[in-house]
Amino acid sequence: MSTGLRPVPRAPDADLSPELLLRIHDLMLRSRVLEERLIAMYKQGDGFFWIGGPGEEAFNVPLGLLIQKGRGPAYDYCHFHYRQSATLLAMGADPVNAMRQMKNTATDPYSGGRNFCNHYSLIEWNVAPVSSPIEPQYVIAIGTAIAQKRAGGRGITIVTGGDAGTAEADFASCLIWSSRPANPLPMLIVVANNKWGISTPWAGQHGEKRISDRGKGFGIESKTIDGNDPEISYREIAAAMEYVRTERKPFLLEAMVSRLFGHSSASGANAVPDEADCLKGFEQKLSDKKLLTRQQMEELRHKYATELQEAHRKVRQEPQPKGDSIYQNVFLDRDKVREGK
Amino acid sequence: MSTMVQAIRMALHVAEERHQLTDVFGEDVGPPLGGAFTATQGIKCAWNSPLDERGIVGAAIGLGLAGCRNVGEIQFCDYAYNTIDLLKLAGLQTWSTNGGWNCPMTIMTPVGSGIRGSIYHSHSFDATATHIPGFKIAIPSTPRDAYGLLLSCIVDPNPCFFLVPKALMRVRTQPGEEIPGEPGDERALSKLIDAPLGDRAKWQPQWPDTPDIFIPFGEARTVRRGRDLTVVSYARTLPLCKKAADELSQEGIEAEVIDLRSLHPVDWPRIEESVRRTGRALFVNEDTEITNFGEHLLRRTVEELFYELLAPPRLLAGAFVPGVGLADELEMASVPQLPSIREAMRQLAHQHA
Repeated sequence: MSTGLRPVPRAPDADLSPELLLRIHDLMLRSRVLEERLIAMYKQGDGFFWIGGPGEEAFNVPLGLLIQKGRGPAYDYCHFHYRQSATLLAMGADPVNAMRQMKNTATDPYSGGRNFCNHYSLIEWNVAPVSSPIEPQYVIAIGTAIAQKRAGGRGITIVTGGDAGTAEADFASCLIWSSRPANPLPMLIVVANNKWGISTPWAGQHGEKRISDRGKGFGIESKTIDGNDPEISYREIAAAMEYVRTERKPFLLEAMVSRLFGHSSASGANAVPDEADCLKGFEQKLSDKKLLTRQQMEELRHKYATELQEAHRKVRQEPQPKGDSIYQNVFLDRDKVREGK
Repeated sequence: MSTMVQAIRMALHVAEERHQLTDVFGEDVGPPLGGAFTATQGIKCAWNSPLDERGIVGAAIGLGLAGCRNVGEIQFCDYAYNTIDLLKLAGLQTWSTNGGWNCPMTIMTPVGSGIRGSIYHSHSFDATATHIPGFKIAIPSTPRDAYGLLLSCIVDPNPCFFLVPKALMRVRTQPGEEIPGEPGDERALSKLIDAPLGDRAKWQPQWPDTPDIFIPFGEARTVRRGRDLTVVSYARTLPLCKKAADELSQEGIEAEVIDLRSLHPVDWPRIEESVRRTGRALFVNEDTEITNFGEHLLRRTVEELFYELLAPPRLLAGAFVPGVGLADELEMASVPQLPSIREAMRQLAHQHA
């Protein structure tokens, strides 16, 4: 390579097993149906705002499947942005919980009705709180990666964001801090490039040819991949993760993806016709490979849609947080100082 | 007889040895310098970061999320303004997740005027810090309080600000306020824990055996008892208030002086008890006077103690101008000094409703 650095192991050429392909499809479909349900909830008045990730499933599902989930530095830390429902489902999250957050119920396990949908937070799986600002995760990730570098083992920090967020200073900070010669960090830096920043096209604001090119200046192994292809995504994420896990150095992975329902409900949350749909493309492949028939796919979609429609009815009945709860959890209840510890 | 900066160093040492402090970091914090004010000399877990305040605060949050007790230093609080949304996020981690996460981290930063630091090395941070819910805020005015408050910050499971009045960093402990275990002779202490000038490569500090002292948040200290008025202050202006009170005693005015030590939580019960006794309240700090923390205390005084007051409560604070100018007269005119504090106290003592 021109950087003169140790080459990244090439992603394996071998086809993914039929079982894995079907699992990926199942999760992509389920995630898409979930996002469609979240949008329906918004449009029916069962939520104040929708933002999410339909169009990023082909990248986000493999990412979720490859994450070593658990609590503490031995496991992967996840600093996500707000388009990663598919990653959470692939990690094993219950889609109903995303609906609870959409409906801002007291039962929402991520924020207790305090935050927007797709703003996940789960300490048991090292999923750090997702923020509405599009850049701070790139600097917060530095801290968990330092902890993991010190702890040793194979746990890594994964940070994701969009192309627009790379204009913020925090992205540059992430590149600088993760590649410090004094202490390079085990961090998989992901940019999901959907080519939009709210309503502003990428092409008019960014002169760099590839976002991944920015990594090269820091000696960071970097790559741009087709994030709309789940097989490519799975192989490339696996290879990049293996590099980060073993070399304990950063990797910058830019995934070209689609944004199928616009930025958020602020822009209508309506289907955008001229974006490539990764689910449709993958289903065509599965059909060509005779792994699934169109009828099976339709039955699966119907099953998940029905399940979530039922869940929607239930979530609608769940309690809202009480106004007098606003002072709860400003601080962790334990006050070690007063306990003399 | 330590200075505040030595007391901070000793607290960091105790914390890394006994309280799982894993990281002390920031610009010039590690060797060879050990901090712009030498507060981190000799600390084993101190390391230098890039000159990037957003990176420092972000890393502090991430370390906290990973359960690592850490102290991130912003070299001067004036340079923390580009991190405001990250500080807001730090304060949000527990609340926004409804108690799911917590974030032990301490942001240590020198604050205030007093070293002729010009526009970008003189600002205060107490008004800004008290606008960021989710943080506990410590601001000492003595070496011993710095020691005990910093240890409290480090072991707290929540984000904390440790605001260090730079004008007091070199002020020595008063007799009777020593940290147990520290040598009484300042030269002896210096020989133990101050890095030598020049090549420090082989230098190792010899730490005195000092105990755990945890000064609780929300526990102010009455530094002088008095019957005629209550003066509430902290940081650089606190010793000035004490001195002014001692001087006014010659005129028969006996002022009670309270050192808040922490701004959130704040020791309102102590203020309330005192003002009920004296009937007069003066709040003194050097941050800019509009939406100043003293205004908050003044508001509570009016709302809750109005019928106890013998005179209108007052705030003496910094001028609402964009910066503290470099020239001597500009700095003196921008923030409260001994004469203006003394005069405000004198006027209030003689004023009647």
